[in-house]
Amino acid sequence: MLNKVVGRTWEWVIERLIQIAGILGIILVILIFYFLLSNSLPMFAERTVGELLTGTRWSPTHAEGHFGMLPLILGSLYVTVGALVLSVPLGLAVAIFIAELAPPKLREFLKPAVELLAAIPSVVFGFLGMMVVGPWFQRNFEAIPIGQFAALGSLMLCFMALPTIVSICEDAFHSVPREVFNSSLALGATRWQTITRALIPAARSGIIAACLLGLGRAIGETMTVLMVTGNAQVMPEGLKGFIRPVRTMTATIAAEMGEAAYGSTHFHSLFTIGLLLFTITFIVNTFADVIIRRSEKDIA
Amino acid sequence: MNSPATSDALKPEEVQSEAMEHEENQPETDQTEGPRYEEDFMSGPVQTSSAEHEQTADHDVKIETRDLNVFYDSFHAIKSVDMEIRNQEITALIGPSGCGKSTLLRCLNRMNDEIPGARVEGEVLIDGKSIYSNETDLVSLRRRVGQVFQQPNPFPMSIYDNVAYGPRLQRRLSRDEADEIVERSLRGAALWDEVKDDLRKSALDLSGGQQQRLCIARCLAVEPEVLLMDEPCSALDPSATFRIEELMLELKERYAIVIVTHNMYQASRVSDRTGFFLLGELVEFDMTTRIFEDPQDDRTDAYIRGRFG
Repeated sequence: MLNKVVGRTWEWVIERLIQIAGILGIILVILIFYFLLSNSLPMFAERTVGELLTGTRWSPTHAEGHFGMLPLILGSLYVTVGALVLSVPLGLAVAIFIAELAPPKLREFLKPAVELLAAIPSVVFGFLGMMVVGPWFQRNFEAIPIGQFAALGSLMLCFMALPTIVSICEDAFHSVPREVFNSSLALGATRWQTITRALIPAARSGIIAACLLGLGRAIGETMTVLMVTGNAQVMPEGLKGFIRPVRTMTATIAAEMGEAAYGSTHFHSLFTIGLLLFTITFIVNTFADVIIRRSEKDIA
Repeated sequence: MNSPATSDALKPEEVQSEAMEHEENQPETDQTEGPRYEEDFMSGPVQTSSAEHEQTADHDVKIETRDLNVFYDSFHAIKSVDMEIRNQEITALIGPSGCGKSTLLRCLNRMNDEIPGARVEGEVLIDGKSIYSNETDLVSLRRRVGQVFQQPNPFPMSIYDNVAYGPRLQRRLSRDEADEIVERSLRGAALWDEVKDDLRKSALDLSGGQQQRLCIARCLAVEPEVLLMDEPCSALDPSATFRIEELMLELKERYAIVIVTHNMYQASRVSDRTGFFLLGELVEFDMTTRIFEDPQDDRTDAYIRGRFG
């Protein structure tokens, strides 16, 4: 009898603990959002949202204080778009190779190997880019005057986003029923036709979700881009902007937070950047989530 | 169940008897005189029906296997099988699970090539030509020998694109060409009337039976000569099964059909010839009526009486 009561109480405690853990996760996100918002609000009293988003000059320590975030937003955009352009085709190719073309033994080795890339600290990628890859580009290409530029950040981010993209794409390919693949072959398709015309369309939701999650990773990455993109808060111009130094939103926060006086406009402006970043990643992740859900429904 | 005629009289279920009628009527299509039909239909004695099957058994041989052996690594899945598959006939392969009937089916369009460790020895001849020679072009072989799988598995795209998939692998189709192929194939698979207004809808929104007919339409679109069906009805309900069986009887006028089935009633309802497999061996291969009424081998007898499997 006593045993039964104790058992039931224990059950109740465990259930509540799990419940609290779940609720805590949500509360934390809300608190972070509140923290960012409350620290950004003083900024909105000084400058309008329009001024902040479209101003082309970021110079918060200037006597007049210029808080135009456009160079930073574009900096992030350049680096991120560049990273996606590099990592999506590469990631898709690796995923196809692992899922469909590699011999079973190689597959068992390759997938963990790619996933291991995710375990390398970002500062190591930054270090590698700064000391090895950047100087190599500078030496070998005359068009690149400085060994720290937007596309170098993209390249480094590409390696960092690769595990996410490969892993999720590969799962998406695996969840396509084998008979879909075989049906296509049985209709006289070659292996390549089957991959491009049946497999990729069948896995498309998973592939899009993989890209969006990779995007989320790339846009939020700080240390690597801070180290390799040159830290110049200038407006990137056209395609040339890719081989010139830029400054991303994340790098700005990391670089300036230490020197901004507590409670100053500068201080608040950095939180505003954080709020903007939070909003962007939130939208991207939500989008990815919706697509993943839809793909699960498709397969069921 | 053994004799079409008696079961017709005994079993009131519509599905059953209608399917039977189809089978009984089949030999008639080869004959010209009208009276014959009536007489046969009225009396319908077992002998006549079976004898007629024998008489019409002179369709051309489409596929021939000679001393066919299949190994999965060291497992001997098919043991020295010789059989002939004829045009305008439905050949049923029956037997307990794991007896090798699906393996044999996959030999005929070389889908065994896709299975790691599978090895085929012996010959498979289609129209007298070996399909396991070095010159065999897999793509054109598989276009000639279409396959319908156990699970309805349309591609996750529109109904239209599913049907046009095969032809589009070969060349670019004009709008009109594609429209024509899609309509002809869907009509061939008895699906056109149900989907003609929804061709742009996702194929995954169709019911299971419709999906399976779509898969048949998808095969027909590449204009095959042989249709392989690997338990095409096992995932379907009885009425959908009936539609597919009806369809098979229509299709056999133009194709050689090989069906693997676990359902012996299905084999007896639709097929002209039946092969019974056991442990990789083709135990008995004969006219369907004979297999079900007067099997020569004790093991066949035991299986069709439901003693094992």
